[in-house]
Amino acid sequence: MTRTATDTSAERTVHLRKTTEPGAGRTRLAGTLLVLTALLLVSATAGLAIGSVQVPPGQVWGIVTHALGADGQEPGWSRARETIVVDVRAPRVLLGAVTGAGLAVIGTALQALVRNPLAEPYLLGVSSGASLGAVAVIVFGVTLFGPVSLSVAAFVGALGALLLVYATARTGGRITSARLVLSGVAIAAMLTAVLHLLLLTTDRGNEARAVLAWTLGGLGGVNWGTLWLPSTALLLGIGVLMVQARNLNLLLAGEEAASTMGLDVARFRARLFVLLSLVTGVLVAAAGPIGFVGLMMPHIVRLFVGGDHRRVLPTAALGGAVFLIWADIAARTIAAPMEIPVGVLTALCGGPFFLWLMRRDARRGTDRGVA
Amino acid sequence: MTATELSVDGVTLTAGARHLVRDVSLTARPGETIGLVGPNGSGKSSLLRAVYRVLRPDTGQVRVDGGDAWSLPVRQLARTVAAVVQESAADFDLAVREVVAMGRTPHKRLLAGDTPEDAELISSALLAVDAVHLADRPFDRLSGGERQRVLIARALAQQPTLLVLDEPTNHLDIRHQLSVLGTLRRLPATVLLALHDLNLAAYYCDRLYVLHDGEVTASGPPAEILTPRLLAEVYGVAAEVAIHPRTGAPQVTFLPEEPRG
Repeated sequence: MTRTATDTSAERTVHLRKTTEPGAGRTRLAGTLLVLTALLLVSATAGLAIGSVQVPPGQVWGIVTHALGADGQEPGWSRARETIVVDVRAPRVLLGAVTGAGLAVIGTALQALVRNPLAEPYLLGVSSGASLGAVAVIVFGVTLFGPVSLSVAAFVGALGALLLVYATARTGGRITSARLVLSGVAIAAMLTAVLHLLLLTTDRGNEARAVLAWTLGGLGGVNWGTLWLPSTALLLGIGVLMVQARNLNLLLAGEEAASTMGLDVARFRARLFVLLSLVTGVLVAAAGPIGFVGLMMPHIVRLFVGGDHRRVLPTAALGGAVFLIWADIAARTIAAPMEIPVGVLTALCGGPFFLWLMRRDARRGTDRGVA
Repeated sequence: MTATELSVDGVTLTAGARHLVRDVSLTARPGETIGLVGPNGSGKSSLLRAVYRVLRPDTGQVRVDGGDAWSLPVRQLARTVAAVVQESAADFDLAVREVVAMGRTPHKRLLAGDTPEDAELISSALLAVDAVHLADRPFDRLSGGERQRVLIARALAQQPTLLVLDEPTNHLDIRHQLSVLGTLRRLPATVLLALHDLNLAAYYCDRLYVLHDGEVTASGPPAEILTPRLLAEVYGVAAEVAIHPRTGAPQVTFLPEEPRG
């Protein structure tokens, strides 16, 4: 397309043309999703290959296709290797992907719902609420709902914490960053204190140690039998959020503006709070509280695909999955044979990210003359 | 239908024990441009909020084409009434085009993509506020006046038959104040707007409602109601009002108490 610098009418037509192409951002989104999907496959392969027993990537694929029943060939690897890849590492890699994706979309939605870029389930104390719920079930031995008791209790804890933080941080219809983060920190501290109290006073001393390790966040100990619950929760969460993506966009315009564009804000927020608490609860019950993934992923992907939730949600999900798979690989290998809780590693990356974000927002705020 | 009839009947709004607006009635016939003027805190914004359904009236009714605005589903009302409100947006890297696209939401089914028709409406909305060149810029980085124009474009993309605007000329330079108000006036839709500038209100509005302490003290065509006496009573300032020979609209000149120099 030719265009001269002096001809402003030509320039206008160019811009007009651009605005009338509805697929302008779509190709970019498709490209990003394609790259991330490829990255996810590579990461999953690495997750299956790397560890105390190194399995070459080619063999990983052989074992996986064999396990899926896709070939009738005689396997050229030992039975032990197959067990390591299929029964030990595969569920773990999958849980990593599911948890990473889940935390990323929860963070994305929370940031829109409270209209604050620093929102994240871990920082807001939602994960602490979920942990406390789950620990209470373990300590008191409640099994009212059978094997899903842990997740149910974690959901209730998450919802309670979220409502508490929201209620304390909101004054006059507004939530400032400072108040949101402060009430999140205070409530997380209280809930964690209660959790520790429960663990220290329980007479099931040997269980307490295992639970304490779990509260640092980790993907170990998962097996094929328990994977269905977090996977279902993730699919439900992403499904509902994708359907509501336009409405999440509206919230970015402000509550009053959103309602003038047809959104019943109070009802919408209440429903999504329940959904997000449910997904957070299930993920925390499965993998412990893992922080900062929900903070980092939405911001990183917005740099590539912009702020429209129809694009941010799927991209953040894939990014979160890739990120947590690699974080877990690092957790398993950095200090092998000892395993570092993956939540410790995500906090090591996420803490500085949080500080950078906070300072960036403060700068932008002063640039614009709003305190 | 391209324009909506609005009638506000005896609306009273309170915040706690304080009256924001007391027993206000107002009508806007289809296609009229109605201005709301009055000093700070006179209840202009509150009254508008009752019309775009954010502040529920304690007594009285807001009726849109005869039906109670407060008993319609929010989404259905949003297909008729659009608003430009005074509220800061969050910081989320949306492009200008995406902000304007939000206006299409009440007309879209869940999961429905943006059609070429949507894109067309978004483009013409941007064109109407002279913001086509901003389409790909991040909304966050615009100046106050540019943002205001984009928000007006968003309301236009909503294809309302009643458009409610709270101080739409805030932050705008003179040229854009005139062009935006001209655009609003030319719309087939009914327009209700709060304005600070009495001369702009007098020129662009068919009728004015003057609010003072939450009550309507005068209403009617600008030339009939804008009098020195009214301005003294409502604003507490001395002023001269003359019909401008070129525009034909009343022209208010304020006379400060302190002489110059």
